Amino acid sequence: MNVAVCVKQIPDPVEPQALDPSTNTLVREGKLVLDDSDSYGVEMALQLVEASGGGDVVLVSMAPNGETSGLRTALAMGAASAVLVSDPVLKGTDALGTAKVLAAAVRSIDPTPDLVLAATESTDGYTGTTPVQLAELLGWPSVTFAKHVEVADGVLKVQRQTEAGYDAVTSPLPAVVTVTAGVVEPRYPSFKGIMAARSKPVAEHTVSSLGVPEASVGSSGSRQEVVSVQAAEARSAGEIIVDEGEAHERIVAFLEQLKVL
Amino acid sequence: MNSIWVLAEQSEGSPLGIVLELLTAARGLADGGAVEAFTWGVGGAQAASVLGEYGATRVYDAGDIGDSLPGPRVAAALAAQMAAGAPNALFVPATYDGRDIAGRLSARLDRPVLTNIVGLGAEGGALVTEHAIFGGGQVLKARFTGEGPGIYVIRAKSFAAEPAAAGASPEVVGVELPETGATDGAKISGRHVETQSGPKLDDAPVVVSGGRGLGSAENYAWIEELASLLHGAPGASRAIVDAGWVPYSHQVGQTGKTVKPTVYIAAGISGATQHMVGMKASKNIIAVNKDQDAPIFSIADLGVVGDVSKVLPKLIEAIKSRQA
Repeated sequence: MNVAVCVKQIPDPVEPQALDPSTNTLVREGKLVLDDSDSYGVEMALQLVEASGGGDVVLVSMAPNGETSGLRTALAMGAASAVLVSDPVLKGTDALGTAKVLAAAVRSIDPTPDLVLAATESTDGYTGTTPVQLAELLGWPSVTFAKHVEVADGVLKVQRQTEAGYDAVTSPLPAVVTVTAGVVEPRYPSFKGIMAARSKPVAEHTVSSLGVPEASVGSSGSRQEVVSVQAAEARSAGEIIVDEGEAHERIVAFLEQLKVL
Repeated sequence: MNSIWVLAEQSEGSPLGIVLELLTAARGLADGGAVEAFTWGVGGAQAASVLGEYGATRVYDAGDIGDSLPGPRVAAALAAQMAAGAPNALFVPATYDGRDIAGRLSARLDRPVLTNIVGLGAEGGALVTEHAIFGGGQVLKARFTGEGPGIYVIRAKSFAAEPAAAGASPEVVGVELPETGATDGAKISGRHVETQSGPKLDDAPVVVSGGRGLGSAENYAWIEELASLLHGAPGASRAIVDAGWVPYSHQVGQTGKTVKPTVYIAAGISGATQHMVGMKASKNIIAVNKDQDAPIFSIADLGVVGDVSKVLPKLIEAIKSRQA
């Protein structure tokens, strides 16, 4: 079985985020890292391919520049190759435009993957609709918020998170599945894996080489704009105490004052 | 004047609370335009009367969708109806199914989506959305620039639900479910309800959340016990959900649930922007963290600089002896 995983390279979340004051889009300069949320999809893909007895994990990604450092992390985990759509015209692309590009990238993979995995949402933009938009554009079924995934006899079986618990869902392949964080424990790349990742193939495409109309991507393709960015009403800090063994009494008193106790 | 439709997710005839919030918001923003609802599933007709009380004058009902996941079929029916009814805007609840339907619909209609909306206003007749960014420290306002209808995915508790002054029985219009072919391949084969004692995280008057500072998954038991003693619900930071200590359904924050309880207790949570955006509107915040520079203290009404493994067991004992 062949599995494609949508991965996003994002600014390191440890660093403070900032908006470009001229465009009001997130500043994505500097080193990009693999979105942690995507490491679960990569791990899940590796496990599914291993369980199926053969096949490859292919990464699919999009970036306004030729950045690959985040992809190398996922390749080091064990993915075989990557498709990177890299084009300056992609700057400012929204979720639907991203889905159009990813759909073209998935179609460029030969043979067509049996399954496309993605995170439920990215850590930086967190729109959370791209995977389902991708499924609709591909004409495939989708199962979102998966907390357990297996494939048996060509049938996908997923436990999908619900408000009350979970739904057991079955689906034919090919399909798109989004996985919630924590569903599997992502492996750490081994030294051998890191070395091997350096020479794994990354197929680079542009928007035009994939046949995606330029008008459907970028800021103008997004058909939305930022009107303003303002400081939110600040919430001020209250009383801060240092626990010297009796702090719980202050909490009890506060809860009493609030009539919770 | 705007004509606004609300995607009315319902369960056995009861619309979700967030749907009533969105209808209330739509009434305020329609400015004399029509407020209508689109629903599906068993119980749609029963739900319609409640939707009417909250201001929907017409309810489109796609009916039972069987064991299909709602995304493809509801989006297909909705797309056809929107082409005929031509609303200016569609308000979608930010739920598991709401997001699926919005994504499918967006690709079908080739219209963009704005998600994680926490406020809405009208400027010059056009809808302007509000989004909490950078942990809620800043508010970003945005709008659609292209042809409508705009698809707005709105987070729970962004608006208070109030029945309409002149709520009435709405006209109910049955809607066909178009064939959706391969996209409708995913089917529900069983529904599993995890028994939960105590109130739901979304509605609980008290929420007790734990983070990395708990030290280990086993110590989450303190969070559950404290939540139970206070008749509240246990929550979690993303860090411990990612680590697999607790399920995703417990997550409070940007990528999880938004909560606004009377009391929010954050134990061993530093206050990453990801977390703060989901809880900073709580009426009272109590934080316990050993790092005195933790960002959570900047919004706490009562901050305790200390080790949760020392403070929580004593707090639990103190409350137990009070209640004994």
